[in-house]
Amino acid sequence: MTTKLTCSTLLLFLITSTIAYSQDGVMDGVEIHGNFEVYAQTYNEDSIIGAPNVPEKSGVNAFGNFIATKGSFTAGVRIEAYMPPVQGFSNNYGLQPVGAPYRFAQFSKGKFDITVGNFYEQFGNGMILRAYEERALGLDNAFDGLRVKVNPIPGLYIKGLVGNQRFYWQKSTGYVRAIDGEIAINELVESLMDKKLRLTIGGSFVSKYEASGIRNFEYPENVASWAGRGQINYGGFSFLGEYVYKFNDPNSDNHYIYRAGQGVLLSATYSQKGFGINLTAKSIDNMHFRANRDAQLNDLFINYLPALTRQHTYNLATTLYPYATQPAGEIGIQGDIIYKIKKGSALGGKYGTTIQVNVAIINSLDTQQITSPNDLDSEVYLPNDPSREGYKANLWTFGDKIYYRDYNIEIDRKFSKSFKLKTSYIYFVANTDVAQGTALGKNVHAHIGVLDGLYKVSKKHSIRTELQHMWIEQDQGNWAFAMVEYGYSPHWFVTVLNQYNYGNPTKALRVNYPTAQVAYINNANRISLAYGRQRAGIFCVGGVCRPVPAANGFTITITSSF
Amino acid sequence: MLSKPNLQLILLFINPTHMFKSIITSTLLIFLSFIAVCQNEGRSIPDVTVKQLDNSSFQTGDITNDGNPIIISFWATWCSPCKRELNAIAEDFDEWVEETGVKLVAISIDDARNMHKVKPYVDGQSWDYDVYVDPNADFKRAMNVNNVPHTFLIDGNGHIVWQHNSYAPGDEDELHELVEKLANGETID
Repeated sequence: MTTKLTCSTLLLFLITSTIAYSQDGVMDGVEIHGNFEVYAQTYNEDSIIGAPNVPEKSGVNAFGNFIATKGSFTAGVRIEAYMPPVQGFSNNYGLQPVGAPYRFAQFSKGKFDITVGNFYEQFGNGMILRAYEERALGLDNAFDGLRVKVNPIPGLYIKGLVGNQRFYWQKSTGYVRAIDGEIAINELVESLMDKKLRLTIGGSFVSKYEASGIRNFEYPENVASWAGRGQINYGGFSFLGEYVYKFNDPNSDNHYIYRAGQGVLLSATYSQKGFGINLTAKSIDNMHFRANRDAQLNDLFINYLPALTRQHTYNLATTLYPYATQPAGEIGIQGDIIYKIKKGSALGGKYGTTIQVNVAIINSLDTQQITSPNDLDSEVYLPNDPSREGYKANLWTFGDKIYYRDYNIEIDRKFSKSFKLKTSYIYFVANTDVAQGTALGKNVHAHIGVLDGLYKVSKKHSIRTELQHMWIEQDQGNWAFAMVEYGYSPHWFVTVLNQYNYGNPTKALRVNYPTAQVAYINNANRISLAYGRQRAGIFCVGGVCRPVPAANGFTITITSSF
Repeated sequence: MLSKPNLQLILLFINPTHMFKSIITSTLLIFLSFIAVCQNEGRSIPDVTVKQLDNSSFQTGDITNDGNPIIISFWATWCSPCKRELNAIAEDFDEWVEETGVKLVAISIDDARNMHKVKPYVDGQSWDYDVYVDPNADFKRAMNVNNVPHTFLIDGNGHIVWQHNSYAPGDEDELHELVEKLANGETID
C-alpha cells in the first residue's frame, strides 16, 4: 500500500513536471526549487573505542525536497532514502529504504492559507504543540492532514489543524485536532498602531484522540490541553509568559497515572545598543504529550519543551554532558548577558570586545510520591483509586535534586585587523543519571576552557585553531581537544582535529580520536569528506538529544539547494 | 519514444522491488534536479509569515529595498560561523550601505529555546540589520536552506541572483563585490 502510494506520488509529480514542460504557457511563472542532502558513513571495527563490526559496512541517509510554486499555489514532495540508516539513527527508518513520507499542496492568498498533506506547525512557544524536523537528530513529527490559517481582520490570526503525526514510515494511531488564536493589539486597534507599547496575546486548544484498546484500565480516549500566552514590548523591554495545562493523560512515560500536566515559561528581556540581558524561568510537570500514549524516546511528541540552558558549540561542551529537557518534571532559571565594550576604550581595545555571561540552574520539581512507580507498573490499583494520581507537586517550588548547573563566560576580542581570540570558561554540574540514564549515583563536575583563535593570513586565507580542555574527576576523566582549520574563501576548508581522553582512569582507554576533513563549497552546494574516529557521545539540538555511537571510517556529506 | 526515466518508472510499476526503487529514485532525483536547476534563475522571495523582534507578524513578501540590492542571511544564536560572518559584515556595513544602498535581512532560525535571546544578542552586537525570527522554519523551508549560515543576494527587481552556504573568513569580500556589481547595474553569472 505504502509502496504503491509512494510510486503514485512520484509518478504524479514526474508527469506533472513533464506536461508542464511540454506545454507552453502552463509552466509560465512556475518555479521549481528544493534542496538535497546525502549523509553517508563507512564503518571499520575499532574495539578500543567501542565501534562495532557493522555487517553492512556503510550507512546512507539521503533526501531531496522538490517544490513547485505558481502564484498562490505550492506543492511539494520529499523523497527520503535510508540504505541502511546511518548508525545512531532509528532502525525504524530502515524498514523502508526509499519513500516519499512528506508531500503537500498549499494555497496561500491574502488572508487565507490552506495546506493539505504534510506540514509543520508551532503554537506559541511550542509547549502545547510543535511539529518540526531536526534532520541531524532523525526527528520528524510532521502532521499529515489539513491546516487552515486565517487572518480575518488586521491583528487577528487563527490557525486550525487536524492530522496524525509521522512515526518513521508509519503514522500515529492518535489524531490531533488543534486551534490557535493570536491577537496583536497594536494591529487590531488602529489608533495604537504606532505606539511604543506593543502587546500580543494568544491562546491554544489541542485535543488528541486515541482509541483505548484492550487495557487493564480505562484510558481517556480524548485528551485535551489548553495554553494561554502574552507578550509586552516597550522600547528595549520585553516580557512574555505562557502557561499550558493538559488534562489527565495516562501514558508510558508517567506510568499511566491520571494526573494532569502543566507548564509555565516566563521571560524578561532588556536591551540597548551594546548591551542585552535575558532572564527566563520555566517549570514543567508531567508534560509528556504524545500522539500515541505508548510512544518512547523522541517519538510522536505533540509538544516541545525548550531546554533552559545555553546551546553550546564547542565539541567538549556539546557532546559529553549536555542537558536534555525532562518533560516528566523540572524547574529552572536562566540568565544571559551580553555586553560590548566600546571600540577605542581602555578595556575594549582598538576594535572592541564582547563579553557574554550565561547561568542556568535546573532542579527537580518539588514532588511527594503517593504511589511508587513500581506499584503503578504492577497495575494493582483501580482506575478511580486516588493512588493512581501518582504524586503531588508544586509547580512553583524547587525540588532538592540538582539536575543541571551551567555557568559560562565568553570573551571575544579582536586584537588586530588579522587576529581575533575567543576565550571561554564553562562549568557544568550534570546529573547524568537523569539526563542520560547512567548509574553514576553522583553528579559530574566538569570545567572546560577554550581558546578559539582566528588568524586572517590574507584576504582569502585564514587559519582558525581551537584548543579545549576539560578538567573532570568523575566518569572518563580529563579530555584535551585541538583543532586547526584552514579556510580558503570562498571554496575550501581543510580541518584536522584530535580529541584525547588522556585522563581516563583506565589506562587502556586513554584513546586519541583524530579526524581529518576536507570541504568544498560552491554557491549553495557543499561537499565534505572526513576520515577518522567518532567518539561515542550525545548529540543534541534544542534540548533534544540522540546518542551517537562510536565509529571509525569515512563520512561524506553533500548538501545542495536549488 | 520513451525517455529512460519514464521507462524505468513504468518498470517500477510493474515490479516495484527495492533494487528498482533505488535506481528509480536516483534517476528521478537527478532528473528533477535538472529541471530544477534549469528553473533556478531569478526566483523571487517567497511570501511566508515570520516574527519581528516584538513578536508581531511579518510577511517575507514585503522585503523590499527601493530597487537596491538585498542580502538575506540565515543564522542562529548558537551558530558560530553565522555570527562570525554577520559580525565581519557589521564592521564595514555603514560603508556598504553608503556605497550601494544595500539592506541586510538576518533571519534567525532559533526556536523557543533561544528565540528570546535573539534581540539581546542583536542589540548587544549593535547590528544595523532587519532581523526576523523564523521559529517554525517556514521561511527556511521556502528558501530551501539546509544548514546555516546560508546567504542569499537579491537584485533590485527582487530576484534571487546568488546564494552561498557556510562561511569562511573572506567570504564577506566576495559578497561585497557582488553587491557593488548589482548596485552598478551589472548582472551576476
